[in-house]
Amino acid sequence: MTGAAGSAAPGEQAGTQPVRVVLAKLGLDGHDRGLKVVARMLRDAGLEVIYLGLRQTTESILSAVEQEDAEVIGLSIHNGGHLTLAPRMVEAVRAAGLDVPVVVGGIVPDKDLERLRTAGVFAVLGPGASAAEVAQRVRAAAAGRP
Amino acid sequence: MNADAAAGQVAGLFEQALGGDRRALGRLLTQVERGGPPADAVATAAWPLAGGAHIVGITGAPGVGKSTLCDGLAKAATSDGRRVAILAVDPSSPLTGGAILGDRIRMPSAASHDGPFVRSMASRGQSGGLALAALAAVRLLDATGHDLIVVETVGIGQVETDIARTADTTIVVVSPGWGDAVQANKAGLLEMAEILVVNKADRAGAGDARRDLEHMLDLGHRGEWRPPVTLTAATDGEGIDELYKNVQGHRRHLTETGPRVDGRARQAAEEVRRHLHHWGDLTVDQPSEETEALFADVAAGRLAPSAAARTLLAGIEPDTAGEVIGA
Amino acid sequence: MSVPDNHVPGGAESHGDENSLRARAEAEWRAAYEAAPSRQAGFETMSGIPLAAVHGDPPYPGQFPYTRGIYPAMYRSRLWTMRLFAGMGTAADTNLRFKALLEAGGTGLSTAFDMPTLMGRDSDHPWAVGEVGRAGVAIDTVADMEDLFAGIDLGGVSTSMTINGPANILMAMYIVTGERGGTERRRLSGTIQNDILKEYQAQKEYIFPPRPSIRLVCDLIRFTTAEMPRWHPISISGYHIREAGSTAAQELAFTLANGFAYVEAAMAAGLDVDDFAGRLSFFFNSHIDFFEEIGKYRAARRIWAHWMRERYGARRERSLQLRFHTQTAGVSLTAQQPEVNIARVAAQALAAVLGGTQSLHTDSYDEALALPTERAARIALRTQQVIAHETGAPNVADPLGGAAFVEWMTDEMERRATEVFEHLDKLGEGSILEGVYEGIANGYFVGEIADSAYRFEREVNAGRRIIVGVNACTDGDDGDTPILYIDEEVEAQQLARLAEVRRRRDGDAVAAALGRLVSDAADPTVNLMVPIIDCVRVEATEGEITGALEGVFGTYTEPAIV
Repeated sequence: MTGAAGSAAPGEQAGTQPVRVVLAKLGLDGHDRGLKVVARMLRDAGLEVIYLGLRQTTESILSAVEQEDAEVIGLSIHNGGHLTLAPRMVEAVRAAGLDVPVVVGGIVPDKDLERLRTAGVFAVLGPGASAAEVAQRVRAAAAGRP
Repeated sequence: MNADAAAGQVAGLFEQALGGDRRALGRLLTQVERGGPPADAVATAAWPLAGGAHIVGITGAPGVGKSTLCDGLAKAATSDGRRVAILAVDPSSPLTGGAILGDRIRMPSAASHDGPFVRSMASRGQSGGLALAALAAVRLLDATGHDLIVVETVGIGQVETDIARTADTTIVVVSPGWGDAVQANKAGLLEMAEILVVNKADRAGAGDARRDLEHMLDLGHRGEWRPPVTLTAATDGEGIDELYKNVQGHRRHLTETGPRVDGRARQAAEEVRRHLHHWGDLTVDQPSEETEALFADVAAGRLAPSAAARTLLAGIEPDTAGEVIGA
Repeated sequence: MSVPDNHVPGGAESHGDENSLRARAEAEWRAAYEAAPSRQAGFETMSGIPLAAVHGDPPYPGQFPYTRGIYPAMYRSRLWTMRLFAGMGTAADTNLRFKALLEAGGTGLSTAFDMPTLMGRDSDHPWAVGEVGRAGVAIDTVADMEDLFAGIDLGGVSTSMTINGPANILMAMYIVTGERGGTERRRLSGTIQNDILKEYQAQKEYIFPPRPSIRLVCDLIRFTTAEMPRWHPISISGYHIREAGSTAAQELAFTLANGFAYVEAAMAAGLDVDDFAGRLSFFFNSHIDFFEEIGKYRAARRIWAHWMRERYGARRERSLQLRFHTQTAGVSLTAQQPEVNIARVAAQALAAVLGGTQSLHTDSYDEALALPTERAARIALRTQQVIAHETGAPNVADPLGGAAFVEWMTDEMERRATEVFEHLDKLGEGSILEGVYEGIANGYFVGEIADSAYRFEREVNAGRRIIVGVNACTDGDDGDTPILYIDEEVEAQQLARLAEVRRRRDGDAVAAALGRLVSDAADPTVNLMVPIIDCVRVEATEGEITGALEGVFGTYTEPAIV
């Protein structure tokens, strides 16, 4: 169940709290079809999506993560920018002293997967990922499990 | 988690938040949203320090431009030297409990570290719970040094009414044409408005909408304060300064007429009752010495409303309480 | 040959008036057909059966409302144009590709720009990091444009530029490049996409808010109409709307509505509809549902002809004829078993040809993974050549016309599009342009597209829609497709080039030109092409010109519709 503040009172906090995830695109690329589809998938899986949309910077994403207390950052990358953009986000998260996993969605050639993992990207979700898989990976990221 | 542990966990974060740490404030807001003992602990810590902020509710139909107005208002207030927080409330999906919170898109100033503090909040189930959580969030933002707190809600429902009742100043936004003004009137939105805004005033029909609103006010408005009708084009920043002036004007009016100070005790009692009501349709039928003392503690800032409610709840028949806990 | 290739078979049962109307339509068609060129003497099947040029009922191809095609002989006169999109790395890199294309006998150059260029930003903008020269060529100043076309006679080629938000700036750079190379602007030939409306709806490469952007679009149309008779000032594009997730009917409806909006805007800017309508062209997607796509193209022509004549009062035949370019659906390509994409592209290309396209771009099978390799691009071109030269599909005009299902699909597409036009017309209180503005502002377009995209995704997820290699027939993906990597040196080279131009140019002249642009932008009666050309001449950068205009027009933010 999901509990509004107080509705679970006067006992403990409600057991399952919705995972809060920030979804954004870094850089100039305007392809947001995938980002929007994933936003709806996650909403329909019971997550709370803080949707930042297009043309975000690492700073604006971090700012949102702090204020929204988001547990996961989801980045959608389309134009082959994964090798530059994703590691930059991970570095920015670390530099800010945060421990928030970065999940990348988009087309990433197999040979680049390892480079992204080494760079600290938590998970990469390719174009074949099902709604259940997407939600499961984001939840796992929030829970800190690979 | 018991109350002591919760208080311990919260105390450190609260200190940091008081020092301006946005991340700590973000975490505390999560506790507030989740409810339970940690939320009580936050409320207890925040309650004595709250009360100084000007709380502005802003509501209107989807797509009317509320977020952009919030952003403009935040900019105006920030350059006036005030610390601003925005609480953007959106509905959760009733089927899945999930939500898409997209208000930040229209708040570019939220992107920078020195911009307003913006928190998106999903309704997560019942509206009564949301109103309480939103209220608790506002208290926390108030206690941590924000002096203008804007609460944005969508549409017209119980949540809006509840939040408007808590806000010092309620802004109702309509867009030109489409009979927006008429709809807002029918829905009773105009009654709760202290300031009316016709946004997208660069479009045809803005003048008509303003005239309609003024006409409705001629017929219906009560009391000393007549809600000003402001024309804005939020995307161009037009009319924002005037809106900010009107917000300030209403605050002065409140200070001069004085209901804020006097109303605190009443508000405290009201809030305790709402907690009880939300938990189990419970009411305080016969005010006793004990309840009066609790209300006084709340009003004086010694006790948070939720904590007072909990104390009262403990005195209620175990059967009923048990039922509530199990619910 | 026993059947003359200009004979129209069928219709033996007609009577009276109908009979004489039919005879007239047939006579008119025959006259037009005979006047049209033919790319070969006669057409027959591979077994030697002679073929008539057209079958079925009037109105025939080339006849109003052009459902069956805009030319009487269609591909018998001339095959569609097979376009290849080129551009990556620095301008000098792309220049080499252009020259190779021209040497191979090509006459059309098609340019793709990188993201910073498409967004009006310079290569040294913080947002540009990692994007310079990646998905297209990087252009910052007219010096880059000169590099791009170095050694190419601009009077002798047709150039297509895929650029929208900063279209006026790139147009100005092309004009000044011509000037410096001795080609007057009136001799320049080509197309610029310049379709800003679909950016707000789908592709999201917008800069300024819609109204000032439409002014820029109209300024470009006015300028080229007056001074560049061989230039096509806009290509109204449904392609990106479809890629963003719309249905076929939404692609059709939103694209034509945008077309109507531009017509209304240009007419409001004082142009006569017949002076510019003949230079408008369209750009559609070809997705995988074969007959739906064919119905879409046929309906597009019919709707356009009726609206242009009846609503906008166009009289010239050319103004009524919808010409379009087609590209196969990039979004239909799968990263899984990518070679299978060759089959998808073939079906999509055939649909475009059977739908009567004027030009066609076929996607490369590896595009779901990265920019195409040369080998993959060649296979894509060969696919078109197989359709053109082996299948016989181009030998009869509108070969599917008259088929009950195809005609029904055409009608159904038209009916669905008409519902959208009615909605927008109401929204705009009798103006499609205002309706489109409102639909952008209230999130109508993005919301409709996102709904369709999500519905599709859920169908795939639930297995109600089969995609071979993705949710069925998944064995055999060896994941070993060679893909193209862009040299990371490109960015450094381009930054050095930009720094050099900034250093050598006359800074005062740049500031003065930008200042004039700002004051002109504030006056809606000035055609901004003129001051933008002046800025380009003194080597102001694309980013500087964009910045100057942003100061006056503001920057667009999308509506919060997810």
